[in-house]
Amino acid sequence: MEKQGTIQLESVFQDRIDQDIRIEPRDWMPEKYRQTLIRQISQHAHSEIVGMLPEGNWITRAPSLRRKATLIAKVQDEAGHGLYLYSAAETLGISRAEMIDQLHSGKAKYSSIFNYPTLSWADIGAIGWLVDGAAIMNQVPLCRTSYGPYARAMVRICKEESFHQRQGFEILLTLSRGNKAQKAMCQDAINRWWWPSVMMFGPSDDASPHTAQSMAWKIKRFTNDELRQKFVDICADQVKILGMLLPDPDLKWNEARGHFDFGPINWEEFWQVIAGNGPCNKERIAARVKAHEEGAWVREAASAYAEKQQTKQTAAVA
Amino acid sequence: MKTYITIQYYGDYGDRETAKESSGNLPSNRDWPLWEVFIRSKMGLDHKHVGSLHAADAQMAIENARDVYTRRQEGISIWVVESKNIHASNPDDSASFYDPADDKVYRHPTFYELPDELKAM
Ligand SMILES: [Fe+2]
Ligand SMILES: [Fe+2]
Repeated sequence: MEKQGTIQLESVFQDRIDQDIRIEPRDWMPEKYRQTLIRQISQHAHSEIVGMLPEGNWITRAPSLRRKATLIAKVQDEAGHGLYLYSAAETLGISRAEMIDQLHSGKAKYSSIFNYPTLSWADIGAIGWLVDGAAIMNQVPLCRTSYGPYARAMVRICKEESFHQRQGFEILLTLSRGNKAQKAMCQDAINRWWWPSVMMFGPSDDASPHTAQSMAWKIKRFTNDELRQKFVDICADQVKILGMLLPDPDLKWNEARGHFDFGPINWEEFWQVIAGNGPCNKERIAARVKAHEEGAWVREAASAYAEKQQTKQTAAVA
Repeated sequence: MKTYITIQYYGDYGDRETAKESSGNLPSNRDWPLWEVFIRSKMGLDHKHVGSLHAADAQMAIENARDVYTRRQEGISIWVVESKNIHASNPDDSASFYDPADDKVYRHPTFYELPDELKAM
């Protein structure tokens, strides 16, 4: 009897999805849908937060006041993105504290890209152009994802992202028009960030078993490989404006496909970084844990102050 | 008599389902309270719900809302309401709850058949 009821609820639910009617926090949803969303949204939130670290590394060393101001603004935006997404995940029944615990314990993942180091100023340009570029490619279709709070958070995020990519490209463009050393720095950053950015779209479609279900639920709107191809096509053209090269000897326009062909991805490296063996995994989590622990007294003090004010107010009323 | 209004915390989940993956030590108690944020984007418009955030008190909630939701001059006025104080209609009851309006087409101007010669109405 109960099983019958669930089957009926599931078909009503799928019907709504098929009609592009958004699902809201209080609506019935399959447990698997809820868990998939919690995992995806919290991973996404963690990525925004951890993503502040590699860029934060260069705030004090930005080459001019203009660059410093824009980099601070960008990093601040990423903190905001993390907060929008944590709030969206919380509507699904997981607490903020629990998500933070999952990040710190390593139970929750974040985008593998942020486990690479930022070695030169040009890396800040490459991150804006390629990493934010890949993120935008992923995020724009998510503005139409089936879960309302997630879609609304993505609309807000996408509005803010375009400045991130433009400021990055501007940094690279300036370097590409500079002296020999600056040009070399620009090319070196592109060389190091290209492949990790291509990997940001996740495993290829035949290695992502959950894609079909996520597409049916319209949590995802395009497959990893579809988005990756779009990204490669766009970057292959944009890099020409910089007069630089993408580090892929197999990159070639394929007239028949109407797309650029590109070389094989080093999936071994991808899985190693996911497994915690990237160049900066330990450093990133350690930095987050340290910030959280050192902020504990501030959180406690604020709670104590709020409580005291509350008591005073109650006393005044009485 | 059927009660149509149940307490529904928008950003909270305490009253209907429990967190499935919860580790059991009530981690939500470690968070500052949750607040819903409403912003008036310009004079003449309503405050609109934009999202939620955690803060120790109302003052902090307003300041955090400014930093999180109005970094690009998106607002000129902010309301915050602690999420636990929001009561909402229950989506499970929508069919019966909204049904009084279902059969009243005469509330719409198109219901009235008038000659085409009639202008400016
Ligand atoms: Fe972001
Ligand atoms: Fe960004």
